[in-house]
Amino acid sequence: MITRRNKKLALLLAMMLILSIFAGCGGGTEEEQQPVGEKATIPVGINVELSGAVASYGSNARDGAVLAIEEINAAGGVLGQQLEGLQRDCKSTADEAMSVSAALVGENIVAQLGPLTSGDVAGSTPIMMDNKIPLIAPAATAANVTVDEKTGETRAYIFRVCFIDPFQGTLMAQFAADNLKAKTAAIYADTSSDYGKGLAAYFKQTFIEKGGTIIAEEGFVSGDRDFNATLTKIKGSNPDFIYVPGYYQEVAPLIKQARELNITAPIGGGDGWDSPDMLSVAGAEALNNTFFTNHYSSQDTDPQVVAFVEAFKAKYDKEPDAFAALGYDCAQLLVQAIKDANSTDPQKITDALANIKDFVGVTGKMTIDEQHNPIKAGVVIEFKDGAQTVNTRIQP
Amino acid sequence: MLEFSQQMINGLSLGAIYALIALGYTMVYGIIKLINFAHGDIMMVGAYVGFFSITLLGTNIVVAMLVAMIFCAALGVIMEKIAYRPLRNSTRIAALITAIGLSLFLEYITVVILGPAQKVFPASAFPVKVYNIAGLSILNKQIFVFVSAVLLMLILQYIIKRTKTGKAMRAVSLDQEAAVLMGISVDRTISITFAIGSALAAAAGVMIGVYYQTINPLMGIIPGLKAFVAAVLGGIGLIPGAMVGGFVMGLLETMVSGYGNSLYRDAVAFGVLIIILLIKPTGLFGKNTGEKV
Repeated sequence: MITRRNKKLALLLAMMLILSIFAGCGGGTEEEQQPVGEKATIPVGINVELSGAVASYGSNARDGAVLAIEEINAAGGVLGQQLEGLQRDCKSTADEAMSVSAALVGENIVAQLGPLTSGDVAGSTPIMMDNKIPLIAPAATAANVTVDEKTGETRAYIFRVCFIDPFQGTLMAQFAADNLKAKTAAIYADTSSDYGKGLAAYFKQTFIEKGGTIIAEEGFVSGDRDFNATLTKIKGSNPDFIYVPGYYQEVAPLIKQARELNITAPIGGGDGWDSPDMLSVAGAEALNNTFFTNHYSSQDTDPQVVAFVEAFKAKYDKEPDAFAALGYDCAQLLVQAIKDANSTDPQKITDALANIKDFVGVTGKMTIDEQHNPIKAGVVIEFKDGAQTVNTRIQP
Repeated sequence: MLEFSQQMINGLSLGAIYALIALGYTMVYGIIKLINFAHGDIMMVGAYVGFFSITLLGTNIVVAMLVAMIFCAALGVIMEKIAYRPLRNSTRIAALITAIGLSLFLEYITVVILGPAQKVFPASAFPVKVYNIAGLSILNKQIFVFVSAVLLMLILQYIIKRTKTGKAMRAVSLDQEAAVLMGISVDRTISITFAIGSALAAAAGVMIGVYYQTINPLMGIIPGLKAFVAAVLGGIGLIPGAMVGGFVMGLLETMVSGYGNSLYRDAVAFGVLIIILLIKPTGLFGKNTGEKV
């Protein structure tokens, strides 16, 4: 711990030294080239993972953001100025995310989009906070990204366009109670992950608020393969709905075993279900009457989503995934904030971001709450004979 | 009552798998007093061999099981020759640590070669049928697992009690030096023990593959540990003990999840290990003979 801290400190010191050297020799010329207030373009930092462990997340989000910026510029830009996306690779590490942010701040960005993972956003956060420049995270789902857990204070300059993980529990509870008309539910959650526990807790809370009853609460742990005993017990209590927040490795055999035990009740879960292995393990028949929540689906028939999917396919020749859609929404949200603020001053943009209401993105209509989390819709995806189809959009 | 019967079926099929793995643990321990922690990972290798036998060679499940058993028998013999034989006269802790090292080696060499992601056993290898009898659902694969486990155990019992090799194994287990004086090749007998134990693990691996449909490089760890508890519960070194221990563990876990709380399932399993070690360290079937050194 101590050595890590020292390393970060050393890095910071080294960067400050380098920055001061640049500041020393370059100060004069900068003013000549870019007089204040007459910038030709609005520089926007895109600090994402283009290499390393989660390179696919980062590059898809980058593609989405770049598409949004091109569309905006083609339509005349914002406040009469063109946006300029400055793409930088944070190499999927928090340290690199931090130094990339420091470099982008040096390029006078008005806001930063990215990085993708919660850990990398945390690396970038101190730089953005110190320089009072807003950061919009596309997909960082950990609760402490926008809120300091020690003090409980919202991080003033950090925003996100994705809902936090546990919120999916709320959405599924609404769906079960309103759309499936379930009165009783059993929860069978992955208790070895924060993800599973968080979703289960939110589901329980909302389902009870909706007047439903939780008749069984059971758990499994990552790596389990035999669910027969608990499923037999759940079958005995005969619930209208079974909520199984977890990851596909366990959920797929679980659903198969449930159907083999003649449990016909609808089964629901979260985006941890989203894998081709669901179909190959559980089989199309067992998956009928199962539902999961997700940020977005490229199969959505909403006209705005269809237009986005077509534009994305035309430009990149591939299907946009959730990261691409969230990256796109990041850039669009920033433009909305610049318009609302009627300024490119980072502080004014930040204030506008905090007051966003009913912004319509491709991942749904969103309102930023006081913790800088979006209150937004999610999609409920249903397995129909093995194919993922959008059942409905759930608006909280 | 209906639910209880269903839970018995669930517990027996789980127990059969534990029993098969526990047999391998207990055989090796009985002969050379080594807890072979790599045993669960041999099971994993067996599952992969079965998987490739079905997907690449297109064999049926019985042939796949035989292929896996032969492959793992060879692997067990090689492992013993390379890793355990040079340590036979070292301290027991040295051999134990080597076993843990081998276990990690097998896990991560598989990760490197085949990748960490799970592989899916093709459903066509064993078409699942559900029999609904008086409100109970019994699957053909549950019957398959139970019957083949019992069959393999009977064959093993026959080998040990009725054949010359089995006699040699029992002799080596009792007293290695005296066995040598009687003209028994200790090296050969230990090799055969590893071969049989590993073959049983491979059979269990293929059964797990069929039963749960997915296999991954770390799948051997938890069943391996549970089977180890089963072996200790029955009395490590004793073959009937391993069988009974395996079924007791399977039923116990099922009943805890079914009538208690699923969250305490593993805690109960490992709690049993602690209680057994405290109260009757020789296990249910063991005689209190004191520490043999």
